[in-house]
Amino acid sequence: MRKTSPLRSFALQQFVGVAALGLVATAGPASAADAIKIGVIAEAQAIAGASIPQAAQLAADEINAKGGVDGRKIEIVSYDNHSSSADSVRAFQRAVNEDKVNVVIASYISEVVLALEPWASRLKTPFVTPGAASNEISKSVHADYEKNKYTFHGYLTSAALALSICDAAKDLLVDQKHMKTAVIMSEDAAWTKPLDVGYEECLPKIGLKVVDHIRFSPDTTDFTPIFNKIEGAKPDVIITGISHVGVQPTVQWKNQQVPIPMFGISSQATNETFGKDTNDAAEGVLYQGVSGPNVAVTPKSVPFADDFRKKYGNYPSYAGYTAYDEVYYIADAVKRAGSTDADKLVAALEKTDWEGTIGRVQFYGKDDPFTHSIKYGKGLITGLMLQWQSGKQVSVWPKDVAKSELKFPSFIKASTN
Amino acid sequence: MRPFQILIDGFAISALYALGATGFTLIFGVSGVLNLSHGAIMVAAAVAAWAAASVLHMDTYSGALVGVVVALLMAFATYFAVVKPIQNSRRIPNEEKEIFVLTGTLLWGIMIQELIAYFFTNNAKTVLPIVEGVVEILGVRTPRNEIFTAIVCCLVIGLLWLLVNRTRTGKAVLAASMNPRGVTLLGLELTQIYVVVWGIYGILAGIAGVLLGMFLGVSSYSVGPLTASAFSIVVLGGLGSVSGSLIAAFVVGYLETLTAYLVSPAYRTIPALLLLVFVMYIRPQGLLGRR
Repeated sequence: MRKTSPLRSFALQQFVGVAALGLVATAGPASAADAIKIGVIAEAQAIAGASIPQAAQLAADEINAKGGVDGRKIEIVSYDNHSSSADSVRAFQRAVNEDKVNVVIASYISEVVLALEPWASRLKTPFVTPGAASNEISKSVHADYEKNKYTFHGYLTSAALALSICDAAKDLLVDQKHMKTAVIMSEDAAWTKPLDVGYEECLPKIGLKVVDHIRFSPDTTDFTPIFNKIEGAKPDVIITGISHVGVQPTVQWKNQQVPIPMFGISSQATNETFGKDTNDAAEGVLYQGVSGPNVAVTPKSVPFADDFRKKYGNYPSYAGYTAYDEVYYIADAVKRAGSTDADKLVAALEKTDWEGTIGRVQFYGKDDPFTHSIKYGKGLITGLMLQWQSGKQVSVWPKDVAKSELKFPSFIKASTN
Repeated sequence: MRPFQILIDGFAISALYALGATGFTLIFGVSGVLNLSHGAIMVAAAVAAWAAASVLHMDTYSGALVGVVVALLMAFATYFAVVKPIQNSRRIPNEEKEIFVLTGTLLWGIMIQELIAYFFTNNAKTVLPIVEGVVEILGVRTPRNEIFTAIVCCLVIGLLWLLVNRTRTGKAVLAASMNPRGVTLLGLELTQIYVVVWGIYGILAGIAGVLLGMFLGVSSYSVGPLTASAFSIVVLGGLGSVSGSLIAAFVVGYLETLTAYLVSPAYRTIPALLLLVFVMYIRPQGLLGRR
């Protein structure tokens, strides 16, 4: 008798399951099917990633408060991926197959996004990343458009990031501070490979000679030997490409009083919590951002940053701004497409022309090398340079949004220039 | 300048390794327990010190004290909630108890790690140093904090030596590590000795964790590597041998520093691990192992 009982209970479960499904199906059209579901897969426990689900929820709440999209509410379903590609793929499958999301917003880590891209193709689900940078994301869309057209790159490519850094460095470092030499210091990851190529190419053009180039493992905990090697090369500035690390090199830079300023990409520094995490060692650190606190990149930037802070207690990381915009332009695309059908949505997303918190968002087309990546340039998105000053993130470039001059802690020699 | 730089930096990191590994080896020597939640306890101490200072706005000394107290409590929790029940269990055969303790402490460590990640994110935290600023030593710009770290480590290890060799409690601990049965025949309660040892261990791990948080910073990701480095130092030095661990800590610390400066920071840990494999081949009991 005992042997048959599991089978019987299995049959019973099946029956109950089918019955329940029937109930859901009949109840469906009135409520659940109406919502536009956006799956948000992000590094909820990391400084840069934590803002992604928070910002997406904020955007959804705002849209819903104004009546939703043609009466349809936006529902955010979020998943913590623990910064792992494997967890992200499982979350993506679950989001599409079980939770029936219409679109996915995912991750600030390029390795994760590159792992999800084929799944967006297989499961035919539009997918936008708010923070990964690798050139390969949009190059893959260009290489096999029909297959990979579901992926959109809602953040600047590494190539564009390098350009943005060089544009800022020309004005701030070369013209203002008369700097001549630089060392590139970047973590070994997918997104920094094209970034470093970009740096190597554009830094000499603006008049900064690259005297050394250090790539280090993202597992590094002791940065003393790295700073020591950099100091040995006697550069005027350290050009950074860091995202997985941030707190440790910054704190050690301060504790060891390395007399050279850091300037470049430092993803963790974009979140306001970075000040507390480093015990204010961030003072003087220069980092690239797409938007920032109190910076009116567009009329939407400042209200968003303030509302975010009111709700969550800190200003968002860079990926918070992009994720917030993404929910809006996805909603806009659904409205224009008149449907959440994947192919129609992709076609509508391609025609995006949305003024968000980071500038004017448009995507490169099928024939551009970086298909489906957001366009970089004046009047679109140019990026900013911000600096940690007196515990606050202050914009210093470009001129029209700059709130302050460069200021360095006393151990930095450049301040006397 | 470079040789002095390596000498100074290597000393600080080695002293820190030594302190971390001493408690780990002491517990193994006395009670035969390999505590794989070691890294988690160190990280918990550092994160507690960070939280006390940054979130609760305590001063650095009180923050550091909070860190050490947290480590002490967690060491006792590890002993009473994980290790002791396994050792006293009648359902686990005696010969399998070591494996159960290994698995139990490993899982306990993962639980602590996940809790830290959940409540404090998995980003690195750094404890505000007790002493700030830099001084020039032999032409090397050295953070005062680095010197402070080295001095505290040496002091604590010195105190431990005095405790073990000069006090009655210490002698009982030493005796228990040599012959547990003999100690019980002398009328000493073995369980009490274990509690003392876990207490010493908690304080050592706490100080090491807080100092590491000030010196380099820690995150929940550091849990695995910290346990692994303590484990390899202790195996290299000879399981259970405190002086062996001290020597091994300096060997590993300097080997890593040399590699980081002369080869590349990316390969930092590799030569030390190769050395470990090599020592296992020619001298399986480790440098000063007793077996």
